[in-house]
Amino acid sequence: MSTRGPGRLRPPVSDRDHAQGPRDAPVTLVEYGDYECPYCARAHPIVKDLQRRLGRSMCFVFRNFPLTEMHPYAFHAAEAAESVGAHAGESAFWRMHDLMYEHQQDSERSLDDEHLVWYAKQAGADARRVAEDLLDDAFADRVKEDFLSGVRSGVNGTPTFFINGERYDGPWYDVGAFEEVLREAAAGGRVLR
Amino acid sequence: MAEHATPLGAGTQAPDFTLHSTPDQTLSLHELKGQRVVLVFYPADWSPVCGDELALYNEVLPEIRKHHANVLGLSVDGAWCHAAFAKSRNLHFPLLADFEPKGDVAKQYGVYRHGDGVSERALFVLDEDGIIRWSYVSPLGVNPGADGVLDALEAMDRVGASEQTPSNAGVHA
Repeated sequence: MSTRGPGRLRPPVSDRDHAQGPRDAPVTLVEYGDYECPYCARAHPIVKDLQRRLGRSMCFVFRNFPLTEMHPYAFHAAEAAESVGAHAGESAFWRMHDLMYEHQQDSERSLDDEHLVWYAKQAGADARRVAEDLLDDAFADRVKEDFLSGVRSGVNGTPTFFINGERYDGPWYDVGAFEEVLREAAAGGRVLR
Repeated sequence: MAEHATPLGAGTQAPDFTLHSTPDQTLSLHELKGQRVVLVFYPADWSPVCGDELALYNEVLPEIRKHHANVLGLSVDGAWCHAAFAKSRNLHFPLLADFEPKGDVAKQYGVYRHGDGVSERALFVLDEDGIIRWSYVSPLGVNPGADGVLDALEAMDRVGASEQTPSNAGVHA
């Protein structure tokens, strides 16, 4: 039988990633997420809370992991976020990211194309360009790249988190425990699992 | 506490089996000879998490098929239960019912949890001759992901290309 450790992030965080916080922060938290996944929506305010608690000590990175067989709108939602980021910049990407999670539970259609384009406009992007990108699958390859990198990193559901490149299998919904693990990683300690 | 058996490791001939894939159809491992097979043992249908192990394999299926491999899911659930589960999750690979005698196939592969009455979360990658080339048992409650399976399939592609005997085909660092 094979012996192997937990998943390792591959490829490592780079300039292609969407990041909040200093890229040279002592701890980097990477989330693989799906905009239609209710668990990711539940994790969203927890990540925000962690960002407040850790401040400049943490860099947060989001990569797409849409589970398309379960979530019909997830792939387009990920493409829309990438489109917004490409046309309107990183801060618009993060506004789009927040809007989709905040509105995910509004209704069954809260992530259909019509809504996505509306959020894109709210986030500060040109709605028409984002709509065109969705029709042209302009960012489909980018989203697939994220997905495959997640598979190769050992993503095992959504959300999956990596702390300084190592998969975190602990309970993300316990914000205090999560914070402690992140602080320990920031201090150079071993990541508790 | 559950009693642990030793899972079959790399280099072992995978035991043949015939199990129900639907209430009125069966599937035998030997029918897949000449193709690679990924056996995904899991404890039970209806796991209450989003993006559970089978959903993940369902999403990764196109990548696995690129390496000429089929995926089979196995649990002790019955065929009707599997049918309802597969339909609800839109699964595109067969779920086999290791139901009668209960867990018999899991026992043969050394991944049955006596006491718990379910199989471990275990993965076996079989080559075209039905030889186990890689196996892995995940810690209880941890979905193993699909990276180990893809790494094993890639290693098999490389060995196939160079026609060398692998010394470490069963080890994923």
